[in-house]
Amino acid sequence: MSIASATRRDWQSAFSTWANKHRKWVLAAPAMVFVALLISFPLGWTLYLSVTDASGSVRASNDFIGLQNYFEVLADTDRFWPAVVRTAIFTGGALAIEMTLGMCIALLLWRPFRGQGLVRIAILLPLVATPVAVGMMWRLIFDPNIGFANQMLAWVGIPAQPWLAGEFTALPTLMFVEIWQWTPMVVLILLAGLSSLSDEPDEAARVDGANAWQRFWHVTFPLLMPTFITALLLRGIDALKTFDILYATKGKGGGSFHEVETLNIYAYGLSFDYMDYGKSSTVLVIFFLMIIGLIWILTIRKKRSTL
Amino acid sequence: MTSTTVTRRQRPMMARVYTSFRFVTLAFVVIAFLAPLAWMVLSSLKTNVDIYNSEAAFIFEPTPRNFETVFGQANYLQYIWSSFFIALASTALSLVLAVPAAYSMSRFVMKKSAALVLLARVIPGVSLLVPWYFVFSNMRIVGSYTPLVLSHMFVALPLILYIMMSFFDSLPEELEEQAQIDGLTPIGAFMRIALPLSVPGIATAGILSFIFSWNNFMFALVLSGAKTKTLPVAIFDFVGYASIDWGGLMAAAVVVTIPIMVIALFTQKYIVSGLTAGATKG
Repeated sequence: MSIASATRRDWQSAFSTWANKHRKWVLAAPAMVFVALLISFPLGWTLYLSVTDASGSVRASNDFIGLQNYFEVLADTDRFWPAVVRTAIFTGGALAIEMTLGMCIALLLWRPFRGQGLVRIAILLPLVATPVAVGMMWRLIFDPNIGFANQMLAWVGIPAQPWLAGEFTALPTLMFVEIWQWTPMVVLILLAGLSSLSDEPDEAARVDGANAWQRFWHVTFPLLMPTFITALLLRGIDALKTFDILYATKGKGGGSFHEVETLNIYAYGLSFDYMDYGKSSTVLVIFFLMIIGLIWILTIRKKRSTL
Repeated sequence: MTSTTVTRRQRPMMARVYTSFRFVTLAFVVIAFLAPLAWMVLSSLKTNVDIYNSEAAFIFEPTPRNFETVFGQANYLQYIWSSFFIALASTALSLVLAVPAAYSMSRFVMKKSAALVLLARVIPGVSLLVPWYFVFSNMRIVGSYTPLVLSHMFVALPLILYIMMSFFDSLPEELEEQAQIDGLTPIGAFMRIALPLSVPGIATAGILSFIFSWNNFMFALVLSGAKTKTLPVAIFDFVGYASIDWGGLMAAAVVVTIPIMVIALFTQKYIVSGLTAGATKG
């Protein structure tokens, strides 16, 4: 009896010693294994499907067809390349405006003032709101017949716009929604960066007679550059993958003319509306490579700016 | 002589111009961000007749009818429960896995391992959905809570890891070293010293992870069934095939966003510190 409990205690202390000795991996491994399992298998699977003609049912058998999907997709000027262009316009345009607006608002909020609390709440609310609900909300506001947007235009004498319903106005309208929801994120990150800067360089420039714009452009902004690029990276990755507001407002295929069909929407449609898994996987592999390439470029830029 | 008096007079003038410029601009910013949300709430209290009537934009008789539709016919209590349960379960499980991992990766400076987990933030969700769907449907668990909780954990875990790593980076190591001198094992020092001290960080990570799961749309769109449908999917389904019941749709949108906004109002500091975690490290 006492021997049994003694051996159990031995085992326990042996385990404790072992766990403490290897604590680096004992603590980190469960999370890493979980993520690795959920990533590596789907990633490998996607790569495999991209060289097959898999379609129809997930259980159907498929044949190896080599790089045929890649040739087909890269030669597809009907759906694929327009989707690439739309993704670039949507991401590039929304990002440029978000970063500029975000920088301006962050600078306005930088120094404390009365009523700061209200502004901060107003900035936080769009950020936490459910994107699908946000999409529906703007869908009502931008409705061509009953929406408040056209009502406001009527007050100032501008003719009604089709907004989300128009072939050429849908994408800019959705960029606006994206900007409305995510500029606050840029503001918060840049504000955190601004408040971590020391006042001295700014003061020194002021003593030297630099005006407000010169102090911002030659002192504050370069010091803020690493934070700025972090914000750009975080927002860029999410903007490229935007799905919720596009699908919630325009549905399958990005509308009847595919007017808001970005790469993500196109790949989702290929998988779950057309069940063309092979082609969809090819699009996803190309999309993923594009994202990685973009991050790579931005990280190099960030390293340079911190040096 | 004259030039100095001019600049002396100009300074306060410029300052006053800037102050009023800042006030006007920020007032505009507040209106631009809040007005659409207010419009959503107003519309949820209108009859569809009032929604179609532009003269009733601000003056109308509020009605609870849309909320009755949402909770009565549309059965939103069940969707609220699904969303709540999935968000809570995925957050709790992710915290259990990610907090020790973040501690280890911060203390042992495991940059490559952290990069592997953060890769999960970069991959397009669609590319994971097809293989997951295949596996889960072969296990016959599509439509149950398990695949939903697992897929939301996939979003939550890297987020928590990222926030907690930057939290542990700023937590001084001396206290744990002192505890080890006093006889605690290294893991004991983590459990009894570092963990209690990191409650604010855990709260930050937990709240954000809950919000992200609550708001998630794409995974639930594919992986949820009739009984496990989450709120964002339920809202999407509200848009019928014929005409849209705008009042009901806005009431549904209010039901999904208001709980999150109330949480956000009370935990504002945590949310901001979580969203900006690590961003200023450079």
